[in-house]
Amino acid sequence: MKILVCISRTPDTTAKISFIEQNTKFNPEGVQWIINPYDEWYALVRAIELKEKDASTIIHLINIGTNENEAIIRKALALGGDEAIRVDSGIDDAYHISEQIANVAKDGYDMILTGKETIDHNGSAIGGMVAEMLDCNYISLATKLDIENGNAIVSREIEGGEERLSAPFPIVISCQKGMAEARIPNMRGIMAARTKPLKVLAASANETHTSINNFDLPPAKAGVKLIPADTPELLVKLLREEAKAI
Amino acid sequence: MSVLIITEQSDKKIKKQSLESISYGVAVSKLLNVDAIAIVLGPSDDVLSSLGEYGVKKVIHQQTIGSIFSDSRSASILLNSICDQEKAQMIIFSNSLFGKSVAPRLSVKLKAGLVTGAVKLPEISNGFSVRRSVFSGKAFADVKITTPTKIITLNANAFEINKTRGNAEVIESNIEITPSNITVIETKKNEGNISLADADKVISGGRGLKGPENWGMIEELAKLLGAATACSRPVADSNWRPHHEHVGQTGVAISPNLYIAVGISGAIQHLAGVNRSKTIVVINNDPEAPFFKAADYGIVGDAFQVMPKIIEAVKNLG
Ligand SMILES: Cc1cc2nc3c(=O)[nH]c(=O)nc-3n(C[C@H](O)[C@H](O)[C@H](O)COP(=O)(O)OP(=O)(O)OC[C@H]3O[C@@H](n4cnc5c(N)ncnc54)[C@H](O)[C@@H]3O)c2cc1C
Repeated sequence: MKILVCISRTPDTTAKISFIEQNTKFNPEGVQWIINPYDEWYALVRAIELKEKDASTIIHLINIGTNENEAIIRKALALGGDEAIRVDSGIDDAYHISEQIANVAKDGYDMILTGKETIDHNGSAIGGMVAEMLDCNYISLATKLDIENGNAIVSREIEGGEERLSAPFPIVISCQKGMAEARIPNMRGIMAARTKPLKVLAASANETHTSINNFDLPPAKAGVKLIPADTPELLVKLLREEAKAI
Repeated sequence: MSVLIITEQSDKKIKKQSLESISYGVAVSKLLNVDAIAIVLGPSDDVLSSLGEYGVKKVIHQQTIGSIFSDSRSASILLNSICDQEKAQMIIFSNSLFGKSVAPRLSVKLKAGLVTGAVKLPEISNGFSVRRSVFSGKAFADVKITTPTKIITLNANAFEINKTRGNAEVIESNIEITPSNITVIETKKNEGNISLADADKVISGGRGLKGPENWGMIEELAKLLGAATACSRPVADSNWRPHHEHVGQTGVAISPNLYIAVGISGAIQHLAGVNRSKTIVVINNDPEAPFFKAADYGIVGDAFQVMPKIIEAVKNLG
């Protein structure tokens, strides 16, 4: 079993979100960068768990980005994974990124895992695009993943319930909560990560379909209207008459 | 040329979120001066010609759908044929499980630029750009689509349903579904309640409720209001509530009309999943709880005192 795990770099969940250059760029000042939590906690850790069950499993990590991303790639390698590939590109378009991943993924991977989305772009598009480029199955928002009799057994939440699917390889799966328990890298992992191969490839094409014009922050809330604790019925009245929410 | 709106059904009725997508798609079609066509997938109990009331001229009804809701591949092949047939220049999905699974595939097939999670009508005065939600609801980005064909997935509760009068022509479509090699082993229903992602109202509980035995009041209020129930991450992690109820940055992101948070502090990761809710109500006994800063209405008080009174007041609403 050969697994390719897609790793993205995002600002920390507590990072202050602000923009520079006439609101065209995210302001990186003082921002701590992390592995996108969905990629790390769910996709990568589940791949590692599968390798712990079957030692012949090979895990490769892939990141599309500039060399600024190498710190988080090393951190991912410290958690697990045999080697990493970085495709050198600064372009932020889902089609472009998917094309880079598909170009690597077509070389004999059984499973390509992504997080369900990144916490900065929230695009949820890469997995489906890669699957289409590879002309293989795609299961989105998976909450469980096992391998049985040469098939991927995947659970995911559907409207008002859950479905369990069986699909042949190769397959692309986007992962979310339920998949695995978050881990912290240990000293041995951190040491080992230093010498694991990190290959850098040039971007293979530069077709893009979208670009970001500018960013904007939501208007500040008007402020909370406090209702005295001894008259909660006033809240209900306001929800009906003012907010028209009930 | 046309704008196609891909709708979804629940119990053979068009979903509210899809009516929002139709209203959005019709507004886009007016901007572009083309017709809007709604696609209905699978058997339906709705009178489909009445979708004309939302402004579509034509409804394409594909009865046989195989397992397209579990298999994004056969779904995208089907929709690709319909897009070709109708010369679609713009395709609108809801930003739902189905939209997230299929829109990216279709976007590659059609070489159509994709914007997911749109929150506003496109701007077409200078190129074509769409506003979407980014940084987990903490910001917006205006994204330019540079391809001739375009796909947008629309966030829930981002666009008002617009119903007037009209009648649509209904065309039965019989496209053969590509066989799937994904097998559905089983489907399970979550007990009784409303699904979180589609809910119009959500009542959510946090660690302040002390233990799973105290969820009765959350459930009762939810039932009275027709709301879904949710919880903060530590609540799901301690198995007080099922994992699918966990909302926030690392759980489900929701944007209901009404979100009532009871005994939740309002950590930044929690807010990231709920800050797109239209009206936020916070009930917390700590006046310093950060959630109050993100709330529209608040009660500083003990949930165990306040909640029963709220339930009473809702019962008295009639
Ligand atoms: C990377 C990362 C991702 C995370 N993702 C998420 C996520 O997706 N979702 C999420 O929810 N959290 C997430 N968290 C955790 C988050 O930081 C908070 O720890 C969590 O949201 C706190 O949950 P809580 O508000 O239920 O509990 P607490 O923070 O313990 O708050 C309980 C609240 O209840 C109030 N209270 C106590 N008693 C009463 C009473 N009798 N009546 C009324 N109020 C009362 C208290 O004043 C307090 O404000 C994440 C954390 C990290 C680091």
